[in-house]
Amino acid sequence: MGIKALSAQLNIEAEAANVGLFQRLHLDIPLLLALLTLCGFGLLVVYSAGDQDFTIVERQLARLLLAFSLMGAIAQVPPRILRQWSLGLYLFGVAMLMAVLLFGDIGKGAQRWLDLGVLRFQPSELLKLAVPMTIAWLLSLRPLPPRPAWILLAVVLTLIPVLLIAKQPDLGTALLVVSAGVLVMFMAGLSWWMIGGLALIVTAVTPVIWFLMHDYQRNRIFTFLNPESDPLGTGYHIIQSQIAIGSGGISGKGWLNGTQSHLEFLPERHTDFIFAVIGEEFGFAGIVALLALYLFIIIRGLLIAINSQDSYGRLLAGGLTLVFFIYVFVNTGMVTGLLPVVGVPLPLISYGGTSMVTLLIGFGMIMGVETHLKKSIR
Amino acid sequence: MRLTSLEERQREQRLVTSRALIAGVFVCAGLLLLSVRLLHLQVDRHEHFSVLSMENRVKIQPVPPTRGLIYDAKGVLLADNNPTFSLEITIEKVDDLSATIDALAQLIPIDANDRARFERLKRQRMRFQSVPIRLNLTPKEVARFSVNGYRFPGVDVRAELIRTYPLGAATAHVLGYVGRINEREMAQIDTSSYAGTHFIGKGGLEKAHEDVLHGKVGYQQVEVNARGRILRTLESTPPISGQDVFLSLDLGLQKAALEGLGNRRGAVVAIDPRDGSVLAMVSNPSFDPNLFVEGISGKDYNALLHSPDKPLFDRAARGQYPPGSTVKPFIGLGGLATGFSSAHKTVFCSGAFTLPGQSHRFRCWRKGGHGAIDLAKAITESCDVYFYSLANQMGIDRLHHFLTQFGFGARTGIDVAGELAGLLPSREWKERIRKQRWYPGETLIVGIGQGSFLATPLQLAVATAAMANRGHFIQPRLARASRFPGAANETLFPIISRQINVGNANYWNQVISAMTQVVESPRGTAKRIRTPEYRIAGKTGTSQVFTLGQKQTYNAAKTPERMRDHALFIAFAPVDDPRIAVAVLVENGGHGGSDAAPVARRVMDVYLGATTPLPPEEATDGD
Repeated sequence: MGIKALSAQLNIEAEAANVGLFQRLHLDIPLLLALLTLCGFGLLVVYSAGDQDFTIVERQLARLLLAFSLMGAIAQVPPRILRQWSLGLYLFGVAMLMAVLLFGDIGKGAQRWLDLGVLRFQPSELLKLAVPMTIAWLLSLRPLPPRPAWILLAVVLTLIPVLLIAKQPDLGTALLVVSAGVLVMFMAGLSWWMIGGLALIVTAVTPVIWFLMHDYQRNRIFTFLNPESDPLGTGYHIIQSQIAIGSGGISGKGWLNGTQSHLEFLPERHTDFIFAVIGEEFGFAGIVALLALYLFIIIRGLLIAINSQDSYGRLLAGGLTLVFFIYVFVNTGMVTGLLPVVGVPLPLISYGGTSMVTLLIGFGMIMGVETHLKKSIR
Repeated sequence: MRLTSLEERQREQRLVTSRALIAGVFVCAGLLLLSVRLLHLQVDRHEHFSVLSMENRVKIQPVPPTRGLIYDAKGVLLADNNPTFSLEITIEKVDDLSATIDALAQLIPIDANDRARFERLKRQRMRFQSVPIRLNLTPKEVARFSVNGYRFPGVDVRAELIRTYPLGAATAHVLGYVGRINEREMAQIDTSSYAGTHFIGKGGLEKAHEDVLHGKVGYQQVEVNARGRILRTLESTPPISGQDVFLSLDLGLQKAALEGLGNRRGAVVAIDPRDGSVLAMVSNPSFDPNLFVEGISGKDYNALLHSPDKPLFDRAARGQYPPGSTVKPFIGLGGLATGFSSAHKTVFCSGAFTLPGQSHRFRCWRKGGHGAIDLAKAITESCDVYFYSLANQMGIDRLHHFLTQFGFGARTGIDVAGELAGLLPSREWKERIRKQRWYPGETLIVGIGQGSFLATPLQLAVATAAMANRGHFIQPRLARASRFPGAANETLFPIISRQINVGNANYWNQVISAMTQVVESPRGTAKRIRTPEYRIAGKTGTSQVFTLGQKQTYNAAKTPERMRDHALFIAFAPVDDPRIAVAVLVENGGHGGSDAAPVARRVMDVYLGATTPLPPEEATDGD
C-alpha cells in the first residue's frame, strides 16, 4: 500500500468518526479526549506538588477553562483566515518584543513581560504561534519543496524574533520558537543536504552563541555536564530531581506520598520540574502511561497534518505538533538529566498560564485544519 | 491563494506525508531514549536513589540529657538548671559572618562583650557546633528574631538549660563549675555520648562526678524538609537525665566557716570522722562560678587572675603549706609505735638542739627552753626540741613510712577535681628530684612540719579524722548519694577505709589526751577555745613562709603581711565520741592558737549545737 492509499484510508476513517456534533463544532474528538485526560491528570499532579493547596488547583482550573475556550474559539476560524493573519500577527509580535526590550518589566532577572495595565502579557508566547504560521504561509506560497532562496527568507524570519527573545534572555522560549520555524521547514520538505548544512552552521556558530550567552546560562551547561560539581547551586535541581525520579521506582511512592516534593527538596516542583513529581509518585509505570498519552496526541496531530488538503494546513498542523513534542522532550530530558536545564514547562501539566493557553490555541488551530478542510471537501 | 494542479497537490501531499512519517519515527526514537533513561533511573539505580531520598529527609538528632542537680546535706539546692534562650550561629552555614552579625545587631542588641565572647568561643568550638552571639534573650527579643529569622540562615534561637549556682562564691571551689566543651576536652570524652551536650564539668565536684551528673544522650529520628526544619519525629530514644547528687556538705557549716575566716585568706575543711563525709570545705576569698558557665569576659577573668588575694586558688584542696606543729601528734604517735618514744621518756629542752659534731642550732620556739619534757607535754606545749630529738632517732625512713599511713604526700581521693598531693619528703624523693643525698638535719625539720614538707588543709583534716577514729582512715567524700530524678532509691557512694595499726591501742589515748590538753591545759597553745559544752582535742601550728637566719628572731609586727607565718589549727570533737574533725588555715595569720583555732571552734559549735561565746582575746604566745 502506497503512501497515498494509506492516507486515503486514514481519511475515510477519520471522516467516519468526525461526523455529527463535534464536526459541526470543529472539534476533533480523539485529540480533545486526549487533551482533557492529560490536563485532568495534570490537575491531580499540581494538587500534589502544590502541597495540596486547593487555591493552586482552582487557579490552574480557571486557566484551563480559559485555554480550552480559546481553543474552541480558534477552532472555528478556517485555516485560510489564519493564513491571512499570519504575517500581521508575526509583525505585531516582533514589534511587541522590541517594546518589551525597551519598556518591559524585570521578572526573575529577565525582561519578558509587558505590562498592559490589567494584563501582564508575554509577547514571546505569541511568537510560538506566529512563527510557524508565518513560515507555513511563506513556504506555501510556492510549490513544495521550497527553493533555497525561500528557505533563506524563512530562516531570517525565524531568527529575528529568536534573537530578540534570546536577548531577554529566555533560552527556553527561544529554543521553542527556533524549532517551530525549523520544523515547519522540515515538514515543507527541506532537502536533506540543507538540513546537513544547517546542522553544520549550528555547529559553527555554537562558540559564538557560547560567547553571547549569559553567565547563568553557561553555568547551566556546566552543571548539566557535571551536576555534582555544584550540589548546592544549579546542580541541586538536577540531583534532587534525579533522586525524586529514581526513588519512585517502578510503581512510585503513590499520589501525595512523594517525600522529595512534599518536603521541599525538589525545587520548582509544580512548574518546570513537575515531571520529577510524577516520576516519584507514579513511578516508571505512570511515566510510561504519560508518555504514551503524549505520543497519542503527537500521532493524532501528524495524521491531521497528513490528511490536510492544502500545504498551509499541513505545514502548520505538522509544525505545531512537532513543537509540542519538542516541549515534551526538552522538559523531560532536562528533568531526567539528559539535557541541560532550560526553562521549558511540561506541556499541559506544569502549573502556569501562558504556555498552556498558547499550546491549546495551537491545538485549536490543528483542529481547525482538520475540521474545516473536511467541510470544504464535502 | 495559489492555484495548483491536482498532480502537484498530490506530490506535495506525498512529500508532507513522508516528512510526517519521518518525524513520527524521530518522535518515537526520542520517547524511546527517554524511556531507557527512565528505566536506568527508576529500575537500575532505584536502590541508590531510594537511599539518597531517605538520607535527604531523615536526620538523626541527639537529644541531650538534663544534668543532675546538686543538693547539700539538708536538701538545699546548690546547682540548678535554668532555661534560657540564646541566639546561636553555626558558622559553617553562614556566608558572611561579620555582615550577619551586623544585621543581627540591628534587630537585637549585641554589645562589645557579646562579640568578644563570640570570638573567644568561636576559636574553641568544634566544627558545625553553634556558637552563641547573645545570651539570655528576653521573650520580646526571641519574638523579634523569630519574625525575621528567615533572613538569617545558620542563625537560630536555642532554648538551653544553663547551670546556675544559687550560692555563688560560697560553694565555688567545692562544686567547681561547668562550661562549654572545648577542643581539648572533646578529645578526651566519648563524642557520641556528648552529642548535643554543650557543657561539661570544668572543675571541683562538677568535674569529679561528671559521669554521674551528665546522664545518657537520647536520639530522635526526625523528618526534615529541605531547609532543615523538623516536621515530625519518626522514632525516638529519650535521654536519661543525669543523677541528682546529694552532698554531705552542710551549707550552714560552710557559711560558719566562711564567717569565721571573715576577710582573711584561708581555708577550712570539716569532716565527719565516722564516715569521711566532708561537712564543710571553704577557700577564701572565692569567686562567682556563674560567670564562668557561659564563658567569662577577658576583663573579669584578668581581674580574678591577677588579684593578689588569688580568689581562683582553691586553698583547701590545692593549697600546699608546711603543716608545722600540727604534725607533732602524728609524729609523736609514730614515736610510740616505733618504740623511740614512750609515755615516761623525757627529753631536755634547753631552747635549741644541735646534731652531734655540728654547730647549727635548731631552735625551739621558746627561747628559754622547756626543760625536761615528756611526749604529752611536748604536744601540749608544742616543744620543738622534743620532736627534733624524736625525729632524729626515728630517722627519715621511719618518719616517711609512718606519716604516709595518715595520707600525707598523697592525694586523699576526694571527689573534687584538681586536688594536689602535698609533699612528704623522703630519701628517695630527694635523690630523684633534687639529685642530692638526704642530710640528717632535714629529718629534724620534717619532725616539726617545716621545710619541704607540704600538706593541704584537706590532708590535715583527713589525718585529724583518722586520729579521732583511732586509726580508722577513711577516704574523704563530698557526695553521699546519687539518685535518678523521680526514682525512689538512692545509690550510696562507697566508703573506702583502712586501719592504721600502731601496735598498742593505748598509744592513741596518750596522743589524744595530749591533744586535749592543748585546749584544756592552762599551758595549752589553744586554751582560748576551751568550752564547757564539749571537749576538744586539737593542735596548733605555724607554717613558715620564709626561713629566718640563724641569728634572726621572728617579729610578726615587723614582717610584711604576706611574709608572715600561716596560722594552722587541727581539732576534733567531742573527744570521747568524735563527730567532727576540722583543719583551719589562715594565710599570714600569725599564731595557730589565736587566729586559726577560733575559726575551728565556731565551725564545731555550729555542728554540735553549742552556743557558749568565745572568751575575749588575750595575748598568747607559743606555737
